[in-house]
Amino acid sequence: MAEMKFSKDHEWIRVEGGVATVGITDHAQTALGDVVFVELPDVGRDVTPGEAVAVVESVKAASDVYAPVAGKVVAVNDALVDNPGTINAEPTGEGWFFKVELSGGLPDDLLDEAGYQAFVDSL
Amino acid sequence: MTDTLLETPLAKLHGELGGRMVPFAGYSMPVQYPAGIMTEHLHTRAEAGLFDVSHMGQAELVGEGAAAALEKLTPADVQSLKPGRQRYGLLLNADGGIVDDFMVANTGGRLFLVVNASRKHIDLPLIESVLPAGVSLRPLPDRALIALQGPAAVAGIATLIPEIAALSFMGVWEGVWQGLPLIISRSGYTGEDGVEISVPAEAAEAFAKTLLGLPGVQPAGLGARDSLRLEAGLCLYGNDIDAAISPVEANLVWSMGKRRRMAWDFPGADRIRGELDNGPKRLRVGILPEGRQPARSHTPIHAPNGEVIGLITSGGFGPSVNGPVAMGYVVRQHADDGSALQLQVRGKFLPARVAPTPFHPRRYAR
Repeated sequence: MAEMKFSKDHEWIRVEGGVATVGITDHAQTALGDVVFVELPDVGRDVTPGEAVAVVESVKAASDVYAPVAGKVVAVNDALVDNPGTINAEPTGEGWFFKVELSGGLPDDLLDEAGYQAFVDSL
Repeated sequence: MTDTLLETPLAKLHGELGGRMVPFAGYSMPVQYPAGIMTEHLHTRAEAGLFDVSHMGQAELVGEGAAAALEKLTPADVQSLKPGRQRYGLLLNADGGIVDDFMVANTGGRLFLVVNASRKHIDLPLIESVLPAGVSLRPLPDRALIALQGPAAVAGIATLIPEIAALSFMGVWEGVWQGLPLIISRSGYTGEDGVEISVPAEAAEAFAKTLLGLPGVQPAGLGARDSLRLEAGLCLYGNDIDAAISPVEANLVWSMGKRRRMAWDFPGADRIRGELDNGPKRLRVGILPEGRQPARSHTPIHAPNGEVIGLITSGGFGPSVNGPVAMGYVVRQHADDGSALQLQVRGKFLPARVAPTPFHPRRYAR
């Protein structure tokens, strides 16, 4: 399986064959608590890094999910709409949000796992 | 404002239980435990949740004429409150706005008060200012307050103190249990049957641990307390009621005594009488958004024609309703149950309707 990268907005990215799968990190789902609602982007939408493209809401709070990469949304995880709790149960697996076909390289500021952990520990 | 947060007598226990601590009304309080808000909420409705509410202000009012003195600030009927009974009331300012909401109990020989944590620094001097000679207010900062809520709560505490089983809703028991002077009311802030227990601070941790050892009792944090009270249609001071809002607008006229509404002898009586006669401009209502997305406090409310008609004051996801629930203020013409609303959430309009509260049936012991 491809190596995961992480954004400072607490998204994870896994790139396979020019397509990045994106979700929120375990740290992010723990901080949010029980997720009760997600709003996913439209398939076909062009996104740029840092753009708010999805919404995730827990019992207590609402948060934007940002596109960590540039490209076109080619798939979204519709199963989350009826089962948002999957994001808590399997944040880096079945809890993925959307897939982006990359229009170029990955941004320079993405972190590897150790780097992201150090970032989280510094918060 | 100081950055130093106060701690309740249960701070160490919250740490042992893995509570996630957040600042609330100047205190470090557990918003949730490892089980999470959803589980804590549902568990409270199914069995029993234990809540630390020691941040709230406790005080006693003693002396001949204490009830009449308190009535100078509230339209509640305090003088008719019988020993062993508790009542909900509102402190009002001269304009009829709500200074705070509170519980008052007649414990025989004195009145026992519980006020909001965020308002105790306002309430207690205000009460003090109206007291005649011979009536005194004694803050009780050395007492903790623990809420045990849910269908298993009373059965559980009755294994320790059998008298609690005989209390009806808003009944109060005062007594000594294993050397501890306790004040226990059959009341709460969740819509469930249950009790709130005032216990000396130094004994609070051991007492809370005893309660946590009762069948079906799990700790629950402020997050679950908020979603439970919202489903029950109960107001949160600072969100749903404040110094600009009257009891009529807040739909809390039931908390005003009948005798008081004939004498009109309370602060802001002119405004309140006018609103009762002519209808208030705005009214607090329950709101059910369509779909799954919660509408949070400060969400603007529009009429179907786009006109801005109000504001959500509390909103979130109701775990027992299994959907979003909210309350807020709308102009009176749009306040009838079933009225169509449009909520402006994240730049989009979310359809909603005015709905009766509670959203989840209350289960008080009548």
